[in-house]
Amino acid sequence: MSNPSPRRVIPLKLEPSSALSAAERKAVLEACDRGRALPGGLLPILHAVQEALGFVPADAIPLIAHELNLSRAEVHGVVSFYHYFRTERGGRHVVHVCRAEACQARGAVALEAHAKRSLGIDFHGTSADGAITLEPVYCLGNCALGPALLIDDELQGRVSAQRFDELMAPLRSQGRHP
Amino acid sequence: MSATRIFVPLDAAARSVGADATARAIAEEARRRKLDIEVVRNGSRGMLWLEPMVEVEVGGARHAYGPVHPSSVPSLFDAAFHTAAADGAKRHALAHGPTEEIAYLKRQQRLTFARVGITDPRSVADYVAHGGYRGLKAALAMQPGAIVDSVTASGLRGRGGAAFPAGIKWKTVLGAPGSQKYVVCNADEGDSGTFSDRMLMEGDPFVLIEGMTIAALATGADRGYIYLRFEYPDAKRALEAAIAAARAAHYLGENIQGSGRRFELEVRMGAGAYICGEETSLLESLEGKRGQVRFKPPLPAIAGLFGKPTVINNVITFASVPIILDRGADFYKNFGMGRSRGTLPMQLAGNVKHGGLVEVAFGMTLRELIYDFGGGSDSGRPVRAVQVGGPLGAYLPESQFDTPLDYEAFANIKGMLGHGGVVLFDDTVDMAAQARYAMEFCAIESCGKCTPCRIGSVRGVEVIDRLRAGENAAAQEVLLRDLCETMLYGSLCAMGGLTPYPVLSALNHFPEDFVKPKSARASA
Repeated sequence: MSNPSPRRVIPLKLEPSSALSAAERKAVLEACDRGRALPGGLLPILHAVQEALGFVPADAIPLIAHELNLSRAEVHGVVSFYHYFRTERGGRHVVHVCRAEACQARGAVALEAHAKRSLGIDFHGTSADGAITLEPVYCLGNCALGPALLIDDELQGRVSAQRFDELMAPLRSQGRHP
Repeated sequence: MSATRIFVPLDAAARSVGADATARAIAEEARRRKLDIEVVRNGSRGMLWLEPMVEVEVGGARHAYGPVHPSSVPSLFDAAFHTAAADGAKRHALAHGPTEEIAYLKRQQRLTFARVGITDPRSVADYVAHGGYRGLKAALAMQPGAIVDSVTASGLRGRGGAAFPAGIKWKTVLGAPGSQKYVVCNADEGDSGTFSDRMLMEGDPFVLIEGMTIAALATGADRGYIYLRFEYPDAKRALEAAIAAARAAHYLGENIQGSGRRFELEVRMGAGAYICGEETSLLESLEGKRGQVRFKPPLPAIAGLFGKPTVINNVITFASVPIILDRGADFYKNFGMGRSRGTLPMQLAGNVKHGGLVEVAFGMTLRELIYDFGGGSDSGRPVRAVQVGGPLGAYLPESQFDTPLDYEAFANIKGMLGHGGVVLFDDTVDMAAQARYAMEFCAIESCGKCTPCRIGSVRGVEVIDRLRAGENAAAQEVLLRDLCETMLYGSLCAMGGLTPYPVLSALNHFPEDFVKPKSARASA
């Protein structure tokens, strides 16, 4: 009201349009708000988005770029650089199978083959029942007790093929992960 | 009478084989028997083949039992293991006697890991009661230059792998102009076969915090970051709890122990990129960018995080500083050999009977480590090859097992001690497959900035495939060696520059595996 200018203000919608659902959009904006003040806050923001949604939707990238005043290319470049960030929705649980040398020395190659065969998927795939996404990982720091797995954020050691099946069974039968 | 304390590790490796269930079973059984028992979740002692290893404290001494699974808990109580002295307890099949008397531990020189497995990793009071924060107290009474001199005089070299003298790095940061400086801890422990950083962060996080705080005092930094890999969720919980506890007790924050000095510390998570263990790549990642390696110079000590002077060291390097300030540089320096001073926490991994953490002074031979501590292979078959120093380390044949654990001795055999990981393979290993994997790993994890690493690794996989298939093998070997030379001398950082180590060591020491596919050889 203190502005006497007669110019008519045309509201511009600067925020990029996206196909994000309202809930997804809210999660992304909350992550941006929490991380905005952090120096170099893009990784913490992407972690927060993935923690909230299970993945970083491709449509979130323009929104994050807009919020942080970065280019889409910069945000896309970061998302695609790191193996941990996924841009596709995954299963209810993510199982990381260690492929590194110490686990290889204890049978990781056979375990990897068993995991893929028993779930009917390759790495980065999700089982048909939507329960499990299988990812490779290069060392979980459990190198004396391999082969090792990380199920969501729980480490498992000495995983034989039989033990793998025992660990997967409850994940595949239960409902949605909280 | 106070409760008998029973220790069950909260360490991720112990939990990975059932320590949580064991802890619950002990608590429940004690309740059922109406015994006054307190279950303490400690760090791991590092005898990982005994995990879950349970300790009972009687008269100030701890007695070890392991591996203890819930099914054996009732029998342990039947044998009165909570009294430890009872004959039945001593004779129990899982009893190992007083923990400190177990040869695997007794033969070690635990300086950096002095408290791991002993204290409650969530209690500042316990840390202080076991000699914690004495190094910081000493540092608070010293001038920054004197702290740096002490670290230099101790001979401490970077434990992350590159073995650069820590004191020289600190001195550069201290001398660099600028009002804003940073202390960054490289906790991106990506080398296969290594877990000492993880064990320390989970088992004694305060010693890392103390070491970083001393580094801040020594260099004039007031802000620190611990860059931790996502693969270590347990370490994240432990560090965040410890940082909060240290802040509440005024060991971190605005006014450290009333000194007027300020240091803020934060944990930042990586996102699955081996290259971020390289210091400049790590700094890029901390800045919220792709983890691509920077050209050097400028050194991070001059222009590091956000372009400011930055001390960046590995977890074990920082964690070794408090004891140097507490006991003096000479105390630390008197351990070791040659230019490798102090101790190195070695990690026995892979196909090993007694895997775990072995902190010893430099100078012991690899053979002693593999057989006297490790007990040879877990499969019982002959140990054929040992990879030392992670995925960029050489594969060593039996003829090189007498090499002493010393940075220079390993460099002389075209290997590296690196971060102290030792991975055993028995005689079923196919070394050509291991060489191929080394190239494959480099292709997956290359940051892509320089061509020898980005393209060379992909071509390396292809050449090894042709070599193994016997397609014009002699020419392929020449090509592979030539490619390795290009990567060795032409790469920007150690990722491409050291990948030839495992490849060439496999080729030189185990040429028979490259002749034709192993399956064909076996059937021949």
